[in-house]
Amino acid sequence: MIRISLAFLLQDGSLMNELYIITTGALVAGTCSILGCFLILRKMAMVADAISHAILPGIVLTYLVFDSKDSFLMLIGAGVFGFFTAFLIEWIHSRLRLQEDASIGISFTFLFSIGVILISYYASNIDLDMDCVLYGEITYVPLNTVTLQNGLNLGPKALWTSGAMFLLVVSFVSLFYKELRICTFDPSYAVSIGIATVIWHYALMGLLSFTTVICFESVGSVLVVTFFIVPPATAYLITNKLNHMIILSVLSGIVASVGGYFLANLLNASIAAGMCTTCGIEFLLAFLLKRQKR
Amino acid sequence: MIDKVENPVLEVHDLTVTYHRKPVLWGIDLTLPGGVLAGIIGPNGAGKSTLIKTIMNIVPAQSGYVEVFGRPVQEVLSRVSYVPQRESVDWDFPASAYDVVMMGRYGKIGLLRRPRKSDKEIVMECLRKVGLEGYHNRQISQLSGGQQQRVFLARALAQGADIYFMDEPFAGVDAATELSIIELLRSMVRQGKTIVVVHHDLHSAQKYFDWIILLNMRLIASGKTKDVFTEKLLQETYGGKLTLLTNISELLEKNQFPVREKK
Repeated sequence: MIRISLAFLLQDGSLMNELYIITTGALVAGTCSILGCFLILRKMAMVADAISHAILPGIVLTYLVFDSKDSFLMLIGAGVFGFFTAFLIEWIHSRLRLQEDASIGISFTFLFSIGVILISYYASNIDLDMDCVLYGEITYVPLNTVTLQNGLNLGPKALWTSGAMFLLVVSFVSLFYKELRICTFDPSYAVSIGIATVIWHYALMGLLSFTTVICFESVGSVLVVTFFIVPPATAYLITNKLNHMIILSVLSGIVASVGGYFLANLLNASIAAGMCTTCGIEFLLAFLLKRQKR
Repeated sequence: MIDKVENPVLEVHDLTVTYHRKPVLWGIDLTLPGGVLAGIIGPNGAGKSTLIKTIMNIVPAQSGYVEVFGRPVQEVLSRVSYVPQRESVDWDFPASAYDVVMMGRYGKIGLLRRPRKSDKEIVMECLRKVGLEGYHNRQISQLSGGQQQRVFLARALAQGADIYFMDEPFAGVDAATELSIIELLRSMVRQGKTIVVVHHDLHSAQKYFDWIILLNMRLIASGKTKDVFTEKLLQETYGGKLTLLTNISELLEKNQFPVREKK
């Protein structure tokens, strides 16, 4: 399937399509990396993975209730469940005194399986399969475009949504950098100086949910999880300052998008896999650089 | 032996704290005069850290209330400072000593604002006070335990508060640093500040503190050091097994006493 679409793109030969894919990749990489920095510092890296699975019942329920595949409604449904997952993880962790990683595992497998059951139970009368709602594919980004009523083509939808998400995350993190930093480093102290850590936690989790849903729709699952974790981890290895870590992780994500696209083109392979591999290579380079320094 | 003082800076009234339905603190009633260096002493698991966390409203109380300067602590946060245990944070966090001390200014800077020049000067001044002026750019994981502890202290100083609650500020600190910290705390007390320290070492407690709070789930005693630091009260705090005051620290090293003797 991927091969076919690649061939289609290459035949079409349009530089514009290449640019669309790379830019969307870079925007998603930037958005995920910024949030990912806070996630790995809070030792919650796998929350992104969890949320990406746990939104499935949200999507199915939205479809069953509203009987529509309108992507905006689905986004809301998925976002609500993403938020609920974050809440559930926190609740199991703090109330039942279970380790954070275990509560992540319990929450998302439970919710995901409910989603699967819902789909199989209603499978006879709904036209919904997991691939079409949950797993986007970055190769198809140029195919789904936004067209105005007067026929003006504004380019791919994924480009717009991920661009908006990128702007939202950048402004949120730059406006509330102080608060996010102190809540991540020393939450008890943050409470003692009057910062509402709970609100910031859920603000971050809410943003994470929407980012996950939007980016999933645009570029697919593995790529999103990669962008959440690998570029921040790479940046963490080579810098000692949080603001540098955020900037470096965004740069690393952008380089991975560009490099990954050409790598995939060269090998005629999946673009998403190309980008993931490039992230991995960057991490390896950072690791070698760090060892060299010692 | 619970000393009631007039016009206390800290008043804890009938405070009970439970942790997963088990009581950690039971009916704590105490008052603290201003301008003292006070130590909270008790065995492991006596609820010493919990007491100051509850005072700071980090841990919720089951019943009872706390007043600092005659008002609920949320209303006077700008005058109150808290120093958490050093092990409570991840020192591999990407931040320099300067960055951590600057966090002490966040409450004053407020939302949506950036640190001003005056904040930066205060941060450097506080680093100088704890003897870390040469280390402001050092990544916090590259500091020694004692230096990390002093970074926390400098962060509290940067708040410019009037009362300080410190959780084990001498843990993992070498003797020289301990002396310099206690000297710093004493000079703060001379300026009229009140300092409450959770402390482990009975040996030094008598030397360091003007006021001592003995705690073992319930309040055993609270008063001037000379009145409280008696064999009887210490025995009551540590489970009644201590025969001689002079043996206390020796005994403590040999075997840790259980929190509660009688079930």
